[in-house]
Amino acid sequence: MKTILNGRPSRPKATGLKGKSLLLAVLCAVVFHWQSISQEPRVIMAKDSILPIDLNEVIVISSYKRTLEHNSHHKPLSTLDQYLESSKKVNLIKRGGYAWEPVLNDMTTERLSVTIDGMRIFGACTDRMDPITSYVDVSNLSDIHVACGQQGAEHGATIGGAIDLRLEKSNFRPDGWVGSIETGGETNNASQIIGGELNYSDEKFYVDTDIIYRKAENYVAGGGEEVAFSQFEKYNLSVNAGYKVSEDQKLLASFIFDEARDVGYPALPMDVSLARAFIGSVSWIQTDFMGDFKNWETKLYANSITHIMDDSQRPDVPIRMDMPGWSDTYGYFSQATLKRNNHQFLLKLDGFYNRSLAEMTMYPNNPNEREMFMLTWPNVRTLNNGFYAEDVIDFKGSSLKLSTRLAVQGFNVADEMGLNSLRIFYPEMAQRQTRFLKSFSARYHKKLKSVHLDGGLSYGDRAPSVSEGFGFYLFNSFDNHDYVGDPDLRNEKAIELNTKISVPIKKLNFSLEGNYFHTMDFIVGEVNPALSVMTIGAEGVKVYKNLEHANLYNISLDTKYQITPEFVWTGLVSYHRGTDQDGRNLPFISPFTYNSMLQYTQGKFSGSLTMRGAADQVNFNPEFGEDRTDAYTVFSLSLGKSFSINNDDVYVKTGVENIFDEFYSTYTDWNNIPRMGRNFFMTVSYAIN
Amino acid sequence: MKTIKYLVTTLFLTASFISCTDDSDDPIPIVEENPLAEYTMLKAVKANNHSIELYSEQEQFTIGYNELFIRIKDEASESYVSDANISWNPVMHMTEMMHSCPKSEVSKTENASVYKGSSIFQMPGNADEYWELNLEYTIAGQTYNATERIEVKAPVDGKKRVSVFMGTDETRYVLAMMPMKPEVAVNDFSAVLFKMENMMTFPAVEDYKIMIDPRMPGMGNHGSPNNEDLTYDPASKMYNGKLSLTMTGYWKINLKLLNDNDEVLKGEDVTEENEASSLFFEIEF
Repeated sequence: MKTILNGRPSRPKATGLKGKSLLLAVLCAVVFHWQSISQEPRVIMAKDSILPIDLNEVIVISSYKRTLEHNSHHKPLSTLDQYLESSKKVNLIKRGGYAWEPVLNDMTTERLSVTIDGMRIFGACTDRMDPITSYVDVSNLSDIHVACGQQGAEHGATIGGAIDLRLEKSNFRPDGWVGSIETGGETNNASQIIGGELNYSDEKFYVDTDIIYRKAENYVAGGGEEVAFSQFEKYNLSVNAGYKVSEDQKLLASFIFDEARDVGYPALPMDVSLARAFIGSVSWIQTDFMGDFKNWETKLYANSITHIMDDSQRPDVPIRMDMPGWSDTYGYFSQATLKRNNHQFLLKLDGFYNRSLAEMTMYPNNPNEREMFMLTWPNVRTLNNGFYAEDVIDFKGSSLKLSTRLAVQGFNVADEMGLNSLRIFYPEMAQRQTRFLKSFSARYHKKLKSVHLDGGLSYGDRAPSVSEGFGFYLFNSFDNHDYVGDPDLRNEKAIELNTKISVPIKKLNFSLEGNYFHTMDFIVGEVNPALSVMTIGAEGVKVYKNLEHANLYNISLDTKYQITPEFVWTGLVSYHRGTDQDGRNLPFISPFTYNSMLQYTQGKFSGSLTMRGAADQVNFNPEFGEDRTDAYTVFSLSLGKSFSINNDDVYVKTGVENIFDEFYSTYTDWNNIPRMGRNFFMTVSYAIN
Repeated sequence: MKTIKYLVTTLFLTASFISCTDDSDDPIPIVEENPLAEYTMLKAVKANNHSIELYSEQEQFTIGYNELFIRIKDEASESYVSDANISWNPVMHMTEMMHSCPKSEVSKTENASVYKGSSIFQMPGNADEYWELNLEYTIAGQTYNATERIEVKAPVDGKKRVSVFMGTDETRYVLAMMPMKPEVAVNDFSAVLFKMENMMTFPAVEDYKIMIDPRMPGMGNHGSPNNEDLTYDPASKMYNGKLSLTMTGYWKINLKLLNDNDEVLKGEDVTEENEASSLFFEIEF
């Protein structure tokens, strides 16, 4: 399982997970395939790797051959969100053209652990308009690790799983100077992308720099309707450096600056005038540590996010308002591995301190009245200290992974006005509280000839998020309710079962995977009819509460068929269901979905034809603002070719998405905003050798 | 040489001065500080060789509830009089009639030279109509009288903190909000209620009930949770309750007055159709 840390992921791991939509059509391309065939991947598999045991998925962003970036995706310079969307496990809630919110196992931000290189970072928007994935870009990243359920507990407490965004590093490869320029454009939203990187690396020292700029206008839905306020503009730059103090001691540092301006959110009543992040870290890595401990890594990090929502561009609002938010996090982790006989241990200490503050100022239409002001996040300080341990035990032909996380988490409502605000609802509320979090997981893997069997059982819990515990009149435009937190919520706890079988039959490989979450004290907002709405036009007020329990299950079938050496077909179907103790449907549960891709590769030419779609969403719940989302099917086509000019590599890729200009929206589209219609794109990458 | 001499002398003198001050801390007579220094003197009534000083937390005599502090200065001895007995009666001189207002007795405070009372002015003065404060006080067995015009103004922010109305029982009432410093929190909220028996008599009304419904008209007329209606507290002789304010800004506190039989004397419920009660207070912060 630690393979991934040391080397680029191997191809089977990245692709061998799902699908078989035989009934549904053909088509599909394995996302990472171009480079894996046309080049010799520099897979540095860790020598000590035991059998692959986790259900992780790895989404590759930069290629093995580093000079040509981002050609793994069918649309190389697409946003990080689109890379995530190509994942088999991750869905994305869309509120517009930018900053989509990842969904894993039908669970979102507060039930996931989303990290950048293991660093905890928390969005500053009370309305979840700035998931962490919006503060990095494909230019920064080498790959994304997706882990389900308690398999993702390594970086923090989670219920649904973890997404770790791994930064790209030259890592002391003796490459010297390497530079590249990439540019791309799309017709539908007139988007322009330009990016470049300049890296220097030798065996003693490396420094990587990159920059990317994106600007997009409103996009047009299928049928030609323009989606107003779906524009965005962002740039991102990062610097990464490493110095080898001695042969087994490395000092690394990284810094990312990300800023988005003028981001429209067509599904929401407000836009964002500024979303800015500073993300920095310093780490010390040492191959040998005390005694038999190895691979000691210690990282200190800090990040600061400013997020400013405003409605100044909207022509018609009942009342003008500003909603700025800030989130600062400081943290550390220190980990080491230990190998004893057939055991491989990983021990990790980690902690973070977060400060979340958000406010809301409303400007009355009567100019003689004073501004209305409230704290929507009352300067909540979260302090978390945790211990994580795992042991992978290798038996012959099978392996067992045990892991646990124990953590203490404290909340402190630091702002007196904010505390008094909450005490309107909870007169006895304490300013501080402490919670204990725990996670235990066991996972067994067995290999029978070429068949892999996996099964796991785990238990985990999480504390309420800042919004769930301390949010004050947060408006949710999806169900049109104001939300109020409850500081006395119990921790949410989940028992999780998962299983997977993957069977290769000659050129056909299929794997069936399923998981089940029995979540006790499931946290969800419920209407309190006694409360008066704050937001003009809202239907009511919901207060977060613990449901007795909720059940979620996800099943997927992933198939891959190597038709000829040039043609590969992959298919994926998945089914999801989520209900509470009364059989009531939970929100944002995917309907039956399918994905099918046919890919052709020969020499330096590649092409893919993709079909994806979903059935009618029959299990929806109007109480959470949902309605029935109709079935859809969309097709995409892409063609790529690489060639050389003066010994420099050039890669050109072009294609069309939503070929038949279908007007559709999915269950994850906030307030049913339609998806993009037909879109032509082209990207050119030029690598200077 | 001379310079050094001066310097030494100066140093010596300074040192001795400082030490003197330190040593003689207790014996020095402390000049009496004004116990009302934090308040504003609104008026000094000159009569009978006395100066009767009226202090308030506010900058003016304001319509609504006024807590007033009184001191009597003997102009001859330049000292403040202790243990006087004071009574007062503010009278509004209108063009066609005269009337008084609800007021408390004037009582002594912990400081024997400071007296305290409250008065609830229902209306401001204007060019033709004015308030006059009649004072009667007894010092050492001798009774004096003084009368002075005072200027009662509407509050600076123009917000309504007192209401004079005719109840459904054909009685005229004066309801005034007690001064408060509003915060985004659950605030203590109090009011005083009087009925107008005649032009000069305003007895306090006990054991009624005042229902409150705070709203923000500037923002969809939303309300707030966990308010407590005002009930009569015999100890403080006020109606006390709790007022929740969920944000800063302009709040209209809609009121309903109920008598001891729970009959509504004044005020209406706020509904979709009825934006506000006819009986209300206002707060802006």
